[in-house]
Amino acid sequence: MNSDNTYEVPIGPIHPALKEPFLIKFKIDGERIVGAEAHPGMNHRGIEFMGMHRNPYKVIPLSERICGICSIVHQHMYVTAVEHAAGIEPTNRARYIRVIMAELERIHSHVLWAGVAAHEIGFDTHLHFTWMIREKVMDLLEYITGNRVNYAMWTFGGVNRDIPKRMYPKIEATLKYYEELYGKLEEIFLGDPSIRLRTIGVGVLTKEDALRLCGVGPTVRASGVRKDVRIDQPYAAYGDLDLEYQLPSLYGYGDTGDIFSKTLVRLKELVQSIDIIRQCLDQMPDESINSEPKMAATLNKLKKADGEGIGRIEAPRGEAFHYVRLKGGKEELDCWKVRASTYNNLATYAPMFMGEQIADIPIIAACIDPCIGCMDRAEIVDVNTGKRREYHHEELHRLSVKKTRDLLGGVER
Amino acid sequence: MKFTKTFDKALWVFHLNSGSCNGCDIEIVAAITPRYDVERFGIKLVGSPRHADVLLFTGPVTRKMKSRVLRVYHQTPDPKVVMVIGNCGSTTGVFYDSYAIEGPIDTLLPKDAHIIYVNGCPVRPENIINGVKEAWLHLEKLRGDNR
Repeated sequence: MNSDNTYEVPIGPIHPALKEPFLIKFKIDGERIVGAEAHPGMNHRGIEFMGMHRNPYKVIPLSERICGICSIVHQHMYVTAVEHAAGIEPTNRARYIRVIMAELERIHSHVLWAGVAAHEIGFDTHLHFTWMIREKVMDLLEYITGNRVNYAMWTFGGVNRDIPKRMYPKIEATLKYYEELYGKLEEIFLGDPSIRLRTIGVGVLTKEDALRLCGVGPTVRASGVRKDVRIDQPYAAYGDLDLEYQLPSLYGYGDTGDIFSKTLVRLKELVQSIDIIRQCLDQMPDESINSEPKMAATLNKLKKADGEGIGRIEAPRGEAFHYVRLKGGKEELDCWKVRASTYNNLATYAPMFMGEQIADIPIIAACIDPCIGCMDRAEIVDVNTGKRREYHHEELHRLSVKKTRDLLGGVER
Repeated sequence: MKFTKTFDKALWVFHLNSGSCNGCDIEIVAAITPRYDVERFGIKLVGSPRHADVLLFTGPVTRKMKSRVLRVYHQTPDPKVVMVIGNCGSTTGVFYDSYAIEGPIDTLLPKDAHIIYVNGCPVRPENIINGVKEAWLHLEKLRGDNR
């Protein structure tokens, strides 16, 4: 017990509710949460450090393994960043295949999230139901790439495997399967009275907070923020496609930013992904899938390349970002920086947790779809909220710099 | 597969992530959910290492997790089997030459620990089920020896 009559309850790093090592310390006054303190770094593997000691091709499989759920996202960003730095243009067909893969991953990620959210509020039947229907898209991903997770699909200048015409019927069948099931998902997650009781008005993130804390992805779109990299700064083939910001107000609901609207946004994005994949299959041009088929030649080109590049894409969890710098004559990457979407969204925890009950911790923790594997990078932020104290960007930055220095202090480079 | 005479109870497993990429962890959950459904064999994920027979271990051990991994290992009652799921658990896989990696796990655990390696990056659910079967047989032998 602390001097101010509050208790501290640690959740993690090893906890049945968490599938990843992460520690949040809650300050509890009675049943109310009055403070939340995040302690990341349990999953810090030094991936950027490793990447800066390998050649660009060897980093592709490493970038996939930043996170097993967003493996496509990180490959996509890393490859885009290197292509940007070295001036390599992927072929048009490869751009469309990239979009198809990214959207298939969005479907699998959002269905997975729906299951986890249901599990957190005690509906294990729904967990099993959503994970059962998720297997269908996993089958499709395996059919296209040969593996259930970590697909090794991206390469500089294009993709490794084609999606030929003979695969279309199976892709279409899977999309149809989800379209037919969508009504049931909506009925479960938006119509069920007991789920509505647990989600409406819980974990509210106001539009002001969402903007101030720089949240990204469905987490802030649920609060009515129009933010989607696929539309704001189109990459791959998204510029040719027809898509719209998925906001709750588009479907006659309020942009309240509670867990209900976050669920709604994710479900609607599922439908959107199906639509995008259909558009891609229709418009995909007939050409080679790789503009740089000779790996040794490309490696040589990358070795001579001098410059910096960025990869900025909309992951299922929101905007994520890779920065790569190449130096002429140096085989390894000169610099590699990863910023995953959970990194931004973690800051939105503070206003969402404030004043809620202990029992709401799991669902609020799950509502940003946290991905610790993605987030625990070289730089570590210590979010110290204290008692309803507001924190500022400078303060976060100062803490972040201090922690990085502390971390690096013990390391021989 | 043939069970020995000492087979007496269902197998409970505790899942421990020490810095893996999530791939294997998601596949472990996939093995529990309806497509593969290992709960019909009585294999169940439990919330505390003190209830577990088998530790499902994923990831190369990160620096911050090292002490916690060892603590959980010692909290698990004997006889126990450690199942190392995934390539990065058994060899650290793609995560080599890093300052933050302390693993692989078999270099940290006591020398007499019983370890079963399940390979793949990530491991397929079928392979996890096969690994649990191996762990089961191993555990039975251990129990048999103790009687």
